[in-house]
Amino acid sequence: MRQRIDGRVAFGAAVLALVLLCAVFAGVVAPHDPLEQDLMAASLPPAWGAEGDRTHLFGTDSLGRDILSRLVWGARPAMIVAFAGATLAGCIGTLLGLWAGFFGGWVDASISRLVDIWMSFPAVLLAIVLVAVIGTGLTSVVLAIAIIDWTRFCRVVRAETQVQAGRDYVTSARTLGQTRTHVLWREVLPNVLPLLLTLFTLEMGIAVVVEAILSFVGLSVSSDSPTWGGLVQEGRLYVNQTPWLLGLPVAAIALTVLACNALGDGLRESLDPLQRPLP
Amino acid sequence: MTLPNECLRIDGLHLALRASRGHPARLVLRGVDLSVAAGEVHALVGESGAGKSMVGRAVLGFVPPAMECVAGSVRFLGKDWSRLDQAERRVHLGRDVALIPQDPLTALNPGHTVGSQVADVLRLHLGHSRAQAQARTLELLDAVRIRAPATVARQYPHELSGGMRQRVLIAIAFACKPRLIVADEPTTALDVTVQREVLRLLRDLQRDEGAAVLFITHNLGLVAQLADRVSVIHAGRIVEHGSVREIVESPRTDYTRALFAATPRYDRPAEALRSIDEAVTDALNAEAAAYDEAWWRARARAPTASAAVEQGHR
Repeated sequence: MRQRIDGRVAFGAAVLALVLLCAVFAGVVAPHDPLEQDLMAASLPPAWGAEGDRTHLFGTDSLGRDILSRLVWGARPAMIVAFAGATLAGCIGTLLGLWAGFFGGWVDASISRLVDIWMSFPAVLLAIVLVAVIGTGLTSVVLAIAIIDWTRFCRVVRAETQVQAGRDYVTSARTLGQTRTHVLWREVLPNVLPLLLTLFTLEMGIAVVVEAILSFVGLSVSSDSPTWGGLVQEGRLYVNQTPWLLGLPVAAIALTVLACNALGDGLRESLDPLQRPLP
Repeated sequence: MTLPNECLRIDGLHLALRASRGHPARLVLRGVDLSVAAGEVHALVGESGAGKSMVGRAVLGFVPPAMECVAGSVRFLGKDWSRLDQAERRVHLGRDVALIPQDPLTALNPGHTVGSQVADVLRLHLGHSRAQAQARTLELLDAVRIRAPATVARQYPHELSGGMRQRVLIAIAFACKPRLIVADEPTTALDVTVQREVLRLLRDLQRDEGAAVLFITHNLGLVAQLADRVSVIHAGRIVEHGSVREIVESPRTDYTRALFAATPRYDRPAEALRSIDEAVTDALNAEAAAYDEAWWRARARAPTASAAVEQGHR
């Protein structure tokens, strides 16, 4: 039986694949050195503009650096943070969520209260404080995202684990003499996985935004290597003269986040048999 | 009464719903006595809510969290089952005693192939290697009369019909040649034509393997076909027990007679079908209420004294 591919999944996967390619092969994809200054060609508008130059497709900034190349190189920190942050947050949240949902009792009570308290902190503020404390750099950003957003996974995984743990097949496995640990890993976890995949893609989108915010305020990677947030920060200064300097990185961020969300939504529906449209 | 080759013996089993939010604790099973001989099919018959499934769950040691065993014992293979801890019980679960669950549609994990779920039990209890377990799985699927076992083993539960899934669950239950099988309304979720096949299969396997079966059902028609002995349960008490002949041909209690009158039969006109006479159940319920009162009072005075009440009421 062939399954029709959801349009959102196709769009999200395509855009993410493109961004990922840029991130991995930045050196090959980028037409120029992102740090190379050329004051003779400063503040050029995009190629389709009136004074556009074909060698600089998206124009240049006030120091004559090629915007397209900077965007391409900016995809690298964004994707590293998206994948590493979402993976780490997912691991922490899933472990705690499975534990809370499956064993219940005081374990569940303490983890759930912890999540409630954790979520009452404003996320971005917490991220800024965290990075300020543990120092700047990509590792810190990844850690900050994991520390803040594990709760998102934890809550959803806990609820789903509770649902699965109440199913007959879990009781069946227990009456066959399987240990709780076995039941949790082999019976429950595989049935929670589709949900995790969805959460993971959504979390990637959030991680991209957080990375942009942190690099905007200069708390991400060092300021000489390009990041999307850093580009927005630079473009902000000349928004009246060269609006594309602000618009293009914002568009890159928005498109990437949109792709993550579309992919997540699409996956959720195509992995959930109840929401899957009839063939 | 002690049977010569007793497999399972339940003595004075009391199960209570725990007290919660203003509701006092309430008895669900009121001193159930039951014994199953090796190799026999013992039917436990009762209407819904009589506590018959709870007996099955207590035998396996899986009482719902809201309930607790307050008195009585379950002896299985000569061991006091209620004294064993989880790890000790786990050794026997699935190997010496297995459950055929009520609803085959939900009792298999939707995320694994059918074959791997059979193989899991073999590997857990018999220490089979992957290849051994795979080969044995095919034999077992064949034994439960699944055509093309190799294909079915690779399929997921949602690809199989209810009857097929119940066969798989029966294969899992018989996988380790258990001494006792608790079949909790194994055919209720199946339609009638499939019911017959599944029951015949269950009976044949039971005879071949010499396993005892505690067959929990509300369907008296099945009892006559399948069981050696019968216990009739109402409101958590065994109201009558005996061989299938005795119970079917000359029931001693009004309740059993009423239960038979409430079973549809092809050889009787539909008008003959009656619901259970309320006078009969009212009397039994009043007895149960009186028993509860005496039991809790005795328990409040001294936990051991409630045993005296049980004796008096037997």
